[in-house]
Amino acid sequence: MFARNSTKEVCFENELKTADYQIVLAGNPNVGKSTVFNALTGMKQHTGNWTGKTVESASGIAKIKDKAFSVVDLPGTYSMLSFSAEEKVAASYLANNEMECVVIVVDANIIERNLSFALQVLSIKKNAILCINLCDEAKKNGISIDTDELSLNLGIPVVCTCATKSKGLNELKNTIYDICTQKKKCYRVSRLYEDIDILDDKKHKTNVEKLSEQSERICSKCVTYNKEDINDRSLKIDKILTAKATGIPIMLLMFALLFWITAVGANYPSEWLSMFFGFLKEKLYLLFDFLNAPSFLTGLIIDGVYTTLTWVVSVMLPPMAIFFPLFSLMEASGYLPRIAFNLDKFFARCGTHGKQSLTMAMGIGCNACGVTGCRIIKSNHERLIAIITNNFMPCNGRFPMLIALIIMLFAGSSLTLVSSFEVAAILLLIIVLCVLITFFVSKILSSTIIKSESSEGFSLELPPYRKPQILKTIARSFLDRTLFVLFRAVIVAAPAGALIWLLANVNINDISLLKYCTDFLDPFGHIIGLDGVIIMAFILGFPANETVIPIMIMSYMASGTLVEYSSYQELFNLFTANGWTITTVICTMIVCIMHSPCSTTVLTIKKETKSLKWTLFSTFMPVVMGIVCCAIVSVIASIF
Amino acid sequence: MLKSVNGMKEKCSLSSIELKNSAKICNVECSKALKNRLYDLGILENTVITPIFKSPFGDPTAYLIKNAVIALRKKDCENIIVNPL
Repeated sequence: MFARNSTKEVCFENELKTADYQIVLAGNPNVGKSTVFNALTGMKQHTGNWTGKTVESASGIAKIKDKAFSVVDLPGTYSMLSFSAEEKVAASYLANNEMECVVIVVDANIIERNLSFALQVLSIKKNAILCINLCDEAKKNGISIDTDELSLNLGIPVVCTCATKSKGLNELKNTIYDICTQKKKCYRVSRLYEDIDILDDKKHKTNVEKLSEQSERICSKCVTYNKEDINDRSLKIDKILTAKATGIPIMLLMFALLFWITAVGANYPSEWLSMFFGFLKEKLYLLFDFLNAPSFLTGLIIDGVYTTLTWVVSVMLPPMAIFFPLFSLMEASGYLPRIAFNLDKFFARCGTHGKQSLTMAMGIGCNACGVTGCRIIKSNHERLIAIITNNFMPCNGRFPMLIALIIMLFAGSSLTLVSSFEVAAILLLIIVLCVLITFFVSKILSSTIIKSESSEGFSLELPPYRKPQILKTIARSFLDRTLFVLFRAVIVAAPAGALIWLLANVNINDISLLKYCTDFLDPFGHIIGLDGVIIMAFILGFPANETVIPIMIMSYMASGTLVEYSSYQELFNLFTANGWTITTVICTMIVCIMHSPCSTTVLTIKKETKSLKWTLFSTFMPVVMGIVCCAIVSVIASIF
Repeated sequence: MLKSVNGMKEKCSLSSIELKNSAKICNVECSKALKNRLYDLGILENTVITPIFKSPFGDPTAYLIKNAVIALRKKDCENIIVNPL
């Protein structure tokens, strides 16, 4: 769970410790564990239809009758046998912690495989409940499960649920209550676990084989399949979405639509927000006047902090609030793993995982979210490459800059880009270019400094398509991703605003500090096809890329506060008056794609890699690349 | 490709099984790390596995195994020895 303030967290920790009983949720990935968890605790954990959504174990409190239960949601793992880091976490948590009850969540549709996992849990913990989720779907698929027989075979209560529709949850709660208060008892069916010690690495094969045999045997007694092919509906959809002729065009169309809706839809709320903030600004001026505040303070607070902060919010919030909910809908429907499946071949050639395509798509929303999203990639070296290269996908903060630059490229020519659709098409083209850069860098990294350790190969589960719960998904995504990113951006935008204002308004010998900086950088800037102002704008834009163009305008006009541009024509005129050429526009676009990640992303990279070395590498590698590319472009341009 | 010997088809690698044809897994001859991962996904000896569709670019392939759909790369499948059914 994301931003939660510390006092609340402390209270929460205490509440967890003082709970009457401890229960744990365990299960294979993508069986609806998070949904069960949310239903039990009333907490709002982000859920999605793909494996490995819960990457940290979450905990919450469930109130059942008169008792409080602390609920720990373990990350979904395929097995308890030590394989990946998370699986180790899950197994050792179960082995080393005291708990009254383990709720093993399984997917009714793939109960046989899930049952092996259930048996693994039962071999170390006696008190458990088998929660068979997605029962509705299984029923439609013609699967019927004899729960009484299953319960007898396993020695634990079995409850059928459909967590998204809150079916069977009361029964689950009552059963949890009964097990914890020992009204109901579990018994250990020892013969199931003969020769099995799942905490012993060396016995992996024997363990797996034995448990798989047991679950097959139990399923043959308790589960009947009334339909030949249960994946019928998903298969039909997959025939279209992953087919040679239609798969890729549909995917590109979906992305184009996603960007188009985001770009167009964000315009209006952006305008409303900036009008609202502008109105508020006037009132703030009046307030400061009324209080007789010194002009320095008025400038610093209103022109510096307030203006930058509200600028970032009004530019950033609307696209995020549109992009992430739409992305989450795709996530909940189960389409995302298909994208990874469709594109894996290219990633395989680059020595990375197909899932990187998803983290890249998230990076378009926000690089910090993309970097966090890399947790879905299990193998360390593939994950590291995905984290380092995520920054090559231009995020929402860089999109307006790219659009402005594209329009400027064409402003001089007779071709006028009027419709938002054309802009979206060109943006898509730029994104394809960014994807190629990502492939290129990934390939180089995977064949030089980040070579693969023992290969775990590639495996990707394609869950059945599910109809997302639209409103819930949108609300959840808005709260989790959008507000999380906004919160982070706001903390850095405020001090950045103060710094920008100080640089622009503190004068020595009647020349502002900003001017000193840009003059100092100017000679170097010209070598690489830019100028001092552009470089300074990117440096000052480190906390939030949204501010880069306003800083440029501010510097060129030598004004003391960030200036918004009212039309692209005006922007074009201002920039050309300050010596911009086609080369400058192209080089600025290059730097826009290849410069260090924003401060939020850098911090996220540090958190995710836990390595200063890789953080520094991801920060400076794109800068060096950008400088080299710009230098090449400017040399070529000077020849002609 | 498959020769019929006494009515039994010869063993071959999973990657050479045509779409929609089922096969029974005989042997998983991969590196230890991959083998463990495959085992956890239910890709074990004596399990029936069916390739059901391919990615638009021909690789990876989606396999139906124990009612779940799992995509595997050709490279990894080459070392899974199966008995065509």
